[in-house]
Amino acid sequence: MHEMSLAEGVLQLVEDTARRENAARVKTVVLEIGRLSSVEPEALAFCFEAVTRGGIAQGAALEIVPVAGAGWCMVCSATVPMEELWGACPTCGSHQVQPTAGTEMRVKEIEIE
Amino acid sequence: MCTVCGCGAGETRVEGDALHPHDHTHVHADGTVHSHNHDHGGDHAHSHGDAALTGAHEHVHTHADGTTHSHAHDEGHGHSHEDATHAALQTSHDHAHRHADGTVHTHTHVHTGDHEHGHGHSHEHGVGGDLDYGTGPARAHAPGMSQSRMVQIEQDILAKNNSYAHANRTWLDERGIFALNLVSSPGSGKTTLLVKTIEALKDRFAITVVEGDQQTSNDAERIRATGVPALQINTGKGCHLDAHMVGHALQRLQPADESLFLIENVGNLVCPAAFDLGEQHKVAILSVTEGEDKPLKYPDMFRAADVMLLNKCDLLPYLEFNADLAEENARRVNPNLTVLRVSATSGDGMAAWLRWIEAGLEAQRGKRSETVDALKRRIAELEAQLGGPSA
Repeated sequence: MHEMSLAEGVLQLVEDTARRENAARVKTVVLEIGRLSSVEPEALAFCFEAVTRGGIAQGAALEIVPVAGAGWCMVCSATVPMEELWGACPTCGSHQVQPTAGTEMRVKEIEIE
Repeated sequence: MCTVCGCGAGETRVEGDALHPHDHTHVHADGTVHSHNHDHGGDHAHSHGDAALTGAHEHVHTHADGTTHSHAHDEGHGHSHEDATHAALQTSHDHAHRHADGTVHTHTHVHTGDHEHGHGHSHEHGVGGDLDYGTGPARAHAPGMSQSRMVQIEQDILAKNNSYAHANRTWLDERGIFALNLVSSPGSGKTTLLVKTIEALKDRFAITVVEGDQQTSNDAERIRATGVPALQINTGKGCHLDAHMVGHALQRLQPADESLFLIENVGNLVCPAAFDLGEQHKVAILSVTEGEDKPLKYPDMFRAADVMLLNKCDLLPYLEFNADLAEENARRVNPNLTVLRVSATSGDGMAAWLRWIEAGLEAQRGKRSETVDALKRRIAELEAQLGGPSA
């Protein structure tokens, strides 16, 4: 979904930071993408390559660090692993699970020179 | 962030406005892409990235042969293309740039559709279809020149949209305006539902509407026919409204204090889920002519919403749609979802929906008076510190 918009968002953060740090080039961009974040990492990587063309981040490597999903199951009163945003609790099968981790989409750090 | 799903940036039109009065990316018919900034005519301050402040005018060109190069207008630099390697069918070609400061660098571009890799400086390409984002870059730089280092950013990718959304929300809260973002697939009956809602409520409080569609101002015209102000935003190739557009719409429409502000998003169950506009609630509309499993197919939207309206319920006798199953699916995705069954056409169930809006507006007004009271208290405290209110 809307990976092109997200890639533009990443580029903005990267370029702003690179400019602030007086970088000549961006070598690596590290993203944290949660499993429950509704982002398709492959599509994001594809779009990233397209939007960075011609800018300071052209050719930068994109590293996507996946973040495991977790949720609070109200029935079990426990934190349980989640594979999907709409998934059931793996212990009790209830859908009363509130995601607590794995919904993030963040630019973690960049390597510049 | 400029609406962009696909590369349709710059096509956003707010009714009556010139095309996008700020950062601009153009894609010309011949494939040339260039971006530039120009001055903002609007009357509210916001930043559009640092480029806008420098006055520099960066251009990115994509030539017919796939070559991309960028340069800044205020620098004046030449560059030459090594034509020997430029044959159309070749997958790679070299590129030499001479910058204003005299630096010359050469790098290799590779243009194939079926594998991705970075455009590094002087790197070798294997024949395999591997992803090699990480190879090459920097290796051609002179020793001592490339002190690479890591910089922590730790920022949400949607940070820019979210900061606009936050600004919108603050603006709305300060005025006690209750804002709803209506989202659904195309054809679920959003506009009809809005028209009926407005007709029922317009005598009791002020209402303003923003209509998002890729093209046409048909929906805004339908809303204006009810007698309330409406502004159409055409997103061009974009598939959702973003907080920045809505911020502009707020400035243009200037909704009254303690009024109802309705945003009809672009008909799309995917992208609008991720873009906070500063609204109090997203309202998802599912019509019974769709499938019961839509909440499972498009879970992000139904999770992002606080209310689901099951619309066109007057058609249930003629359909095999299982409304209970649809509700159950929606609650699987979002256990906290409020579900209301309505028919905008027949009016069935609309009373509950109207009551929900009124309650929300009441709460928003209450929040405002709390804020105003809190501010008054704070002013009184500060005045006390200064030795009492000045005459």
